[in-house]
Amino acid sequence: MDMPAEDPFQGYDAGSFYCEFAAGREGDGSAAATIRSRIAALGLANLRSRARAAETDLFNLGITFTVYSEANAIDRILPFDCIPRLITAAEWTELDRGVRQRVAALNAFLEDIYHARHILKDGIVPADLVLGNANYRREMEEFPVPFGTYVHIAGIDIVRDERGAFRVLEDNARTPSGVSYVVENRHLMLRAFPDLMAGMRVAPVDDYGQRLRAALSEIAPAEVLDPQVVLLSPGIYNSAYFEHVFLAREMGVPLVEGRDLIIEDDRVFMLTTAGPRPVHTIYRRIGDDFLDPTLFRPDSLLGVPGLISAWRRGHVALANAVGTGVADDKAIYAYMPRIIRYYFGEDAILPNVETHICREPAGLQYTLDHLAELVVKPVGESGGYGITIGPRASTTELERTRAALLADPANWISQPMVGLSVGPTLCEEGIRARHLDLRPFVVTGRESWVLPGGLTRVALKRGSLIVNSSQGGGSKDTWVLTGEFQSGATAHGVMR
Amino acid sequence: MNLAPPLLARYAESLFWMARYLERVENLARLIEVTYIFESPGRESESWYALVRINADEESFSRRHGVADPDAIKRFYLIEADNPTSIPAAIEVARTNARVLRPLISTEMWKQLNQFHHALTAIAPAELEGDALSRLADRIRAGVQAQTGITEGTFFRDQSWHFLELGRLIERADQTTRLLDIKFHLLVPRAREEWRLVELTQWGSVLRAAAGYHAFRRIAPVEFAPADVVAFLLTDASFPRSVRLCLDEIERHLTALRIRYGLGGTRAALERAEEMRALIAGAETERLSAGGLHAFLDNLQHALIGLAGEIGTAFFRDWRPFAPEREQGFQEQRQEQAG
Repeated sequence: MDMPAEDPFQGYDAGSFYCEFAAGREGDGSAAATIRSRIAALGLANLRSRARAAETDLFNLGITFTVYSEANAIDRILPFDCIPRLITAAEWTELDRGVRQRVAALNAFLEDIYHARHILKDGIVPADLVLGNANYRREMEEFPVPFGTYVHIAGIDIVRDERGAFRVLEDNARTPSGVSYVVENRHLMLRAFPDLMAGMRVAPVDDYGQRLRAALSEIAPAEVLDPQVVLLSPGIYNSAYFEHVFLAREMGVPLVEGRDLIIEDDRVFMLTTAGPRPVHTIYRRIGDDFLDPTLFRPDSLLGVPGLISAWRRGHVALANAVGTGVADDKAIYAYMPRIIRYYFGEDAILPNVETHICREPAGLQYTLDHLAELVVKPVGESGGYGITIGPRASTTELERTRAALLADPANWISQPMVGLSVGPTLCEEGIRARHLDLRPFVVTGRESWVLPGGLTRVALKRGSLIVNSSQGGGSKDTWVLTGEFQSGATAHGVMR
Repeated sequence: MNLAPPLLARYAESLFWMARYLERVENLARLIEVTYIFESPGRESESWYALVRINADEESFSRRHGVADPDAIKRFYLIEADNPTSIPAAIEVARTNARVLRPLISTEMWKQLNQFHHALTAIAPAELEGDALSRLADRIRAGVQAQTGITEGTFFRDQSWHFLELGRLIERADQTTRLLDIKFHLLVPRAREEWRLVELTQWGSVLRAAAGYHAFRRIAPVEFAPADVVAFLLTDASFPRSVRLCLDEIERHLTALRIRYGLGGTRAALERAEEMRALIAGAETERLSAGGLHAFLDNLQHALIGLAGEIGTAFFRDWRPFAPEREQGFQEQRQEQAG
């Protein structure tokens, strides 16, 4: 057998960005160096062919999302990069505390705005920003939810700047997706690259389903001893259908569609072969607008007529609660550090990316003056759409953005361009630096629990900062290192 | 009171249809193979047209292709996904149902079906030519059989398994009647001795297509008559594709659903199965094989439709005599991309 001719990391250069693979980070336990030498021993060609086989595996297993063109539905995998992203124990401690604080703040904020509205009366957040928000739900006013938890499942998007500081880029408090890839990527890693993992002490991710089911059982109506939990999906044509399947399977609960549920006397039942059976908690992966055609969009066939009334009567629990979209709006995001300080009297453990609120005159002026240096985002969009990246935009694009800003300033925020951290990624030209982000998932019933790690997305295009799957992003397995590397142990032996 | 987990009515419906369509794919492959073997030199078109008649596709075929050209018929069943009775269309429906069932079925079942689907939606025209066709039919049959085997070995046997088996068995019984019926449409020469030989060869091939030739040889008289073949495929108690055995199994599954899962709605279906059993027991195969077989098979096919209808109305969310529409709710789901 030929020895690998050269170091596969030879062309890797993190440049001025923070490298997530840098050796010698505190608590790294020599993991990065070990992986690096293992990849060198494998050789690039070998790594590549195994990576290809791993991706075929994903496709055959149907671990896919669906993209629609005019006529066709095409199943695509989320491209998988086989070089893991490493998070040290110390880094994870900070992230874990930070995202739990964030979720606590989101819940406190929602409880407040749907009840006493102290934060609005005290002028911390502009009242019209909340009450005039399209995602504000009047139906939620004065309606108590168990443990004050509105956001049972949250995904907090985090980036790392040039100095290595973690910053929150976005909160996802409605129906965040991606957790299935966290678990499936780990399974794939164990199947396809057990030799890369051998001896690594990595926090397991297998118990997400159990944790989620436990939280969903906690919020069920109190008088029910053995609550029936279901997952409500828009159905097989939804692009995230695989994730719905994954979650239903991991929790061991039925995956239902709106047409499987009926309401009688404000109680929810699912239609089974043995007739209607009571349902107590619904993890819904359907947006607020589609949930109940009697209250929201009357033309929706995805939801269940009368569901909100049953919920308000306390006969069924919904996760997430209705009306959480007002808290994860990009406009509210800008106020999160102030919201955290207001409720908890402490600073945000994870700071925001510096944000200019264009509805405020100073923010608009700053944005207009520095347009070519800033990233301008519409507040209502997700998935990376509608964004102008100043340093990369043409003059025409900048002028178009300027006009849009002036036409409706309240619709925009702006942020400096963050030089996202990078990690080594297997590319056409070899192992290269590509930008990453991280979405940890937080499950909250009575208390919050954070899945160790989260979804690492990687912008596969050279120089790209957009990690969204719809725009050329892929994903990596995310390893939270829990201790020193042990030589001689197998991947499975240490995992369990 | 039973502690078994509940089964969504919609899942029961999808299990039933997934199994039916898979069985249909296998049997269509069998029919194509037997047609290929029977192809009478010089009269290929008429041979192949028998396939169209068995599937009652005369109208939709002529709308698409006009005259009965063998190549057009092969394309119609093996390539044209927009023909709802084609193999690619059937595998599409099966996979769509499997997709609905992913929370329930084993990963291995899904993986096999997913790969099989990719293979069947990419059949090249060259594979329909000459002896390549026989290999293609063989591959299709093996694909479904792999699926059946994986299901047998991995699928959890609660009530969902019974609904899956019911779909498979009803379709299998129906397809056996169609296979028998092919004989009705086949051409036989006029001359007496030649007629006798061709007749026997054809019956032998029908048995082979049903995978029953060797078993039949073991139990049938050396000089077998057509009536023996008819009796074997309709009434044999041990042959896996006989209508009788399928009925036995159907009754077994319905009874299990009634007793173990307390599903009283099985009563009407069980009555229908009993009626069918009487119909078969009373069949005078001697007389049928001399004439009247086609009408008798037609009766059986209608009885099977009735039986499926009783299961559907009792248990499924929304019983329709055909597979659920694929496009249902499609637009709205595209629109709703939360998160």
